Amino acid sequence: MLEIKGLQVKLEEEDKQILKGVDLKIEPGTVHAIMGPNGSGKSTLSYVLSGKGGYEVIGGSATLDGQNLLEMEPEDRAALGLFLAFQYPVEIPGVGNMTFLRTAVNAQRKARGEEELSAGDFLKEVRAKAKSLDIDAEMLKRPVNVGFSGGEKKRNEILQMAMLEPKMCILDETDSGLDVDAMKLVAEGVNALRSEGRSFLVITHYQRLLDHIKPDIVHIMSNGRIVKSGGPELALEVENNGYADIKAEVA
Amino acid sequence: MALAKLKMDTTDTRLAGVVVPDGAAWSNDVRADAILRVRQMGLPTKRDEYWKYTDPASLTAAETPKASLFVNDEGPLFDAVDRVRIVFSDGVFDADASDDLTAEGVEITRLADAMQTDIHWVKDLYGVLEKRGQTPVARPLAALNTALATDGIVIRVTGKTAKPINFIYLHKDETSDVALHNVIKIEAGAEMTLLETGPAAARFSKTLEVDVADGGAFHHVRAQGRDHERRAVTHCFARIGTQSTFKSFTLTFNGVLTRNECIIEIVGDDAVAHVAGACVGDGKDFHHDDTVFVTHDSLNCESRQVFKKVLRNGATGVFQGKILVKAGAQKTDGYQISQSLLLDEDSQFLAKPELEIYADDVACSHGSTTGAIDETALFYLRSRGVSHDEARNLLTLSFLAESLDEIEDDGLAEELRDRLEAWLARHS
Repeated sequence: MLEIKGLQVKLEEEDKQILKGVDLKIEPGTVHAIMGPNGSGKSTLSYVLSGKGGYEVIGGSATLDGQNLLEMEPEDRAALGLFLAFQYPVEIPGVGNMTFLRTAVNAQRKARGEEELSAGDFLKEVRAKAKSLDIDAEMLKRPVNVGFSGGEKKRNEILQMAMLEPKMCILDETDSGLDVDAMKLVAEGVNALRSEGRSFLVITHYQRLLDHIKPDIVHIMSNGRIVKSGGPELALEVENNGYADIKAEVA
Repeated sequence: MALAKLKMDTTDTRLAGVVVPDGAAWSNDVRADAILRVRQMGLPTKRDEYWKYTDPASLTAAETPKASLFVNDEGPLFDAVDRVRIVFSDGVFDADASDDLTAEGVEITRLADAMQTDIHWVKDLYGVLEKRGQTPVARPLAALNTALATDGIVIRVTGKTAKPINFIYLHKDETSDVALHNVIKIEAGAEMTLLETGPAAARFSKTLEVDVADGGAFHHVRAQGRDHERRAVTHCFARIGTQSTFKSFTLTFNGVLTRNECIIEIVGDDAVAHVAGACVGDGKDFHHDDTVFVTHDSLNCESRQVFKKVLRNGATGVFQGKILVKAGAQKTDGYQISQSLLLDEDSQFLAKPELEIYADDVACSHGSTTGAIDETALFYLRSRGVSHDEARNLLTLSFLAESLDEIEDDGLAEELRDRLEAWLARHS
């Protein structure tokens, strides 16, 4: 599915290297988690994979189903099946949530050479999926993320994911700013989407999200590299001892 | 004080060949007075402070600059709206193309006819609101319009009109130079919606005088068409009474020169005046100017000015907006926002927001911003699979939305939004 080899990235405007050789292979149907201290490069990795500007790739590669992601426009990566749930979902006043969802769904279908969804079919699908995420009709009508609470914004991200049906989902600190109940709701939404053909990369600071979204493999990232990988028990180790031990261990 | 030579020359040259229409004695007096006022004020030149950002030369030139005809491939605006259509072709009322000029709650008369009549209500308004609007800032092109306007419509509204009245301006002659003058009198408690659409002329001068009596309401939605080469200077002079409502929205596509002035005088308590506009311009030869002057002279009134401009490929947008709160106009709530979205570094937005307040218990605010497309929002949309251009257009519409929200009728707003969307798609 997703294969990253020796990925090195620096800031475009500054002589500062953020990723210093990241290697990661994600098989279909698996859930990987990346944990790591602030500034270790977790979010940068998610941005570079999804095509945000401001970064320069200076080495290595990243492919999705064998296709070179790094050369593609963000919208083409999305059409190929990559999805990033934002840590800070963007507010877009004046664009209705429903219009936005429909534009996105149909743009991707068009890019893949599929028929656009009819207004009726779209509505039916979005209503059903919104209901399971406890998103009411009013929230669908409102402008994208405007006036949404932290929890509503994150649920809205998961709704987009559910509608777009990507094969590779990256969740960037989806638990940040959520209380326990909101986190459970989001996690249930994600778990409902787990399937054989779909993989997840869950970026988080804390182990608690991984109680709800159970990962197959946990990676620890530090100073622009993945320094340790293991099973779910690795997350518990971090929870108990912090990152200092691991950093010392690999140093 | 002697007028500067350039101003005097400009005025003399422009007035040299003009024919002042002849009519009833009162109308001849009004026109003669207007000509005199034009001579005293002098026509504007680019040296005038009020024309600092917009060069009026092509508006004052004796010869009309040519404008090629525009073929509307989208069909007429508001076609599905049940409305009274009043059609002008290059500034001449076209009875055959118009609907019957009778409708419930209104009296509609052709200006050319009213001006021939010795006694007509319009004599109390024609050129009167325009003249009131000449202080504290001179608007000589409006006085020139009062002097020269050959046609137009005068409407007296006595009840709640059942359907909107739509002035449709057709442009069929590449060199037409048109001066139209419309007058609307809304009696106490009466209401109407005026729609104005169409390209009008190669050079278009239009004045609208609106008098809204106590408890009356005037809604105005205007779309200045996609014809690119036209020049237009329009004035709207409104006087509004106690508990009255005045709401005007203008959408402008294209045009090498458009200057829209709106002058509102709030004379009664508890009244509401909103004036808003959206414009989209593409190219170095696009120039659009909104000049607004709202005077508060009564208690507890609200005014809003909301103007949004999208500019690309070297286009220029101008906003000059003022809120004047006179002494004693307490509890005034005045708001003004002008914003531009520049889609490239060649375009420019020039803004002069002003507040002048002589009352001490008021809430007035103004703001003006110039910005580019938000890169973070653009990336957010693209990461969901929306193409770069489509994402940019969505964000552009999102930017314009606040001004469209000022339109009370959702159906009309939706239709304008669709036209904007189509314009953006064509100009991607």
